[in-house]
Amino acid sequence: MALMSTVPAFAAEQMLFVSQGGAYQKAQTIAILDPAAKKLGITINQDSVPDAWPIMRSQVATGKPTWDVVDVATNFCLRGGEQGIVEKLDFSKIPNAAAMPAEYRSDYSVAYEFYSSVMGYSLKKYPDAATAPKTWADFWDVKKFPGRRSLRNHPLATLEAALMADGVAPDKLYPLDVDRAFKKLEEIKPNITVWWTSGAQSAQLLNDGEVDMVMAWNGRISALVKEGAKVTYTYNQGILQSTSLCVLKGAPNLPTAIKFLNEAVDPVHQANLPMQIDYGPANPKAYDTGVIPAARVAELPSAPANAKAQALMSYAWWTSAAGEAAEKRWLAFTQK
Amino acid sequence: MSAIDPSLRYQRREQGLMLLLASPAVIVIVALVVLPVGWLMGQSFYDGGFTLEHYKRIFSEDIYWRSFLLTFRIAFTVTVLTLILGYPVAYAAAHARRPWDMLILSFVILPFWTSVLVRAYAWLVLLQRTGVANQVLERFGLISDPLALVHNELGTVIATVHILLPFMVLPLYSTMQKIPRELMLAGASLGGGPLHSFLRVFLPLSLPGVIAGLTLVFVLTLGFYITPELLGGGRTIMISMVVSRNVELYNQWGAASAIGVVLLVCVLAIFMLVGRIIPLDKMLGQK
Repeated sequence: MALMSTVPAFAAEQMLFVSQGGAYQKAQTIAILDPAAKKLGITINQDSVPDAWPIMRSQVATGKPTWDVVDVATNFCLRGGEQGIVEKLDFSKIPNAAAMPAEYRSDYSVAYEFYSSVMGYSLKKYPDAATAPKTWADFWDVKKFPGRRSLRNHPLATLEAALMADGVAPDKLYPLDVDRAFKKLEEIKPNITVWWTSGAQSAQLLNDGEVDMVMAWNGRISALVKEGAKVTYTYNQGILQSTSLCVLKGAPNLPTAIKFLNEAVDPVHQANLPMQIDYGPANPKAYDTGVIPAARVAELPSAPANAKAQALMSYAWWTSAAGEAAEKRWLAFTQK
Repeated sequence: MSAIDPSLRYQRREQGLMLLLASPAVIVIVALVVLPVGWLMGQSFYDGGFTLEHYKRIFSEDIYWRSFLLTFRIAFTVTVLTLILGYPVAYAAAHARRPWDMLILSFVILPFWTSVLVRAYAWLVLLQRTGVANQVLERFGLISDPLALVHNELGTVIATVHILLPFMVLPLYSTMQKIPRELMLAGASLGGGPLHSFLRVFLPLSLPGVIAGLTLVFVLTLGFYITPELLGGGRTIMISMVVSRNVELYNQWGAASAIGVVLLVCVLAIFMLVGRIIPLDKMLGQK
């Protein structure tokens, strides 16, 4: 865990921001955290942890949390809200977020950045764009598209893909028909070479030719493309996912944290994020700032044209009882 | 005045001294083994109050016994394979002259210093479709399609055998080294051929090492996590992986603790069964 401090150090107001570290946290520091600290005249201390959820729980359980704002997969913000671990937000104090589409926020969270679970494939195996796989139905069609496949070893986004392969429209997915999704997954199961567990693994499998088709996060495949690998991906029928910002219950610097939340989704700061890393801004107004060049816009998961071709993940469904039951069913599915 | 025999008093004092000398070890064991295992057991019955919920789940859902079965099957396979591979190596090391014995042992121990994670990835590179093993086999025309050597149970077993081989070789070596050479010569002088002397003299004397090795490898395999996670293709779900998924899924330590307790009970039961056949003191390398 790295503790970093963002200028200006002399400011009276401080807060602690926690994200996932690595290149992602560096990119945010340049695009969002430093400019926000400067504009608000506050000090943003940073910490990073790959798996924030158990620590969020234990911090609140002790009654004296040290974290203020956490950047975490949206479902944890919602679950935190349910379990009284996360503060309810007053959007009258967060005007930038209030202007965002309703499905990008909840009582407990504000979307912070977008990524997407997309279909990536080998250009060696499917060189011709006209006959390359384009939909999840194609991914499931082992006769028309012979080849080895990999899916994520997790139900999130995988069940959505299965339902789309079975003909459900991307905007009619929720509530998920879990039985139908698992039935469709049984169909493709014998043709899944690997159920991947880490993003790095999904990229390695495609890059090394272990598989010809994979469902993976857009940033992983675009990184391979940049390195010159003969692979590509499509946003068509991708599953648009987000991390969100939420504030821990009883956060020591609550008013500062709320001020920061508003600044973090400011359109200009948000527009700066994709200039540093392959993630899309969560505030759609970022695309109107003129900061992001048109060619870059076309590559981003949350760009209006790309978002239209995708399904937006419902984290509310995944944190519901039905969603949690589906998650528990996953282990039994992969094992048999 | 006292009627106590002075020699008995001396004996008592010695016993007390021994106990005192052993106390640091006892304290360490209590603090690091007894207390945590007790804590684990307590948690497995806890969910805001006393509950049998965690155990009910284990005995009612078939994912658990499937994983237990798979874990014990892999542990058994790995143990047998390490014995078959390790015995000749230990034999060679125990009978080689210096510096050859040291050379053999260093080959066994060197990979030991490389992290398990690195070795798992190395096996991935060797065994995958475009990996060295498949390329060599294809070059020699032995196969036309790459074999599925990894992302399954086979890959998991291969890498686990490699990682645990030293745990078989080292106890075997230390036992074999202590077997006097003269015994084999005596066997030969009585007219026994090399195979006969080996089977009747050397093999039985090396059994304590064999049992120590088997026990170590078997128990260690039961807890393997990284290797099946990286090389199992997502479908080789050993019990340690179920433990970690349970922590994620149920947000309760109890759900995971109960699996740990059941595993512990299974292992103890196996040892008791084995202990019936082979006396415990032999198992611990005495005699």
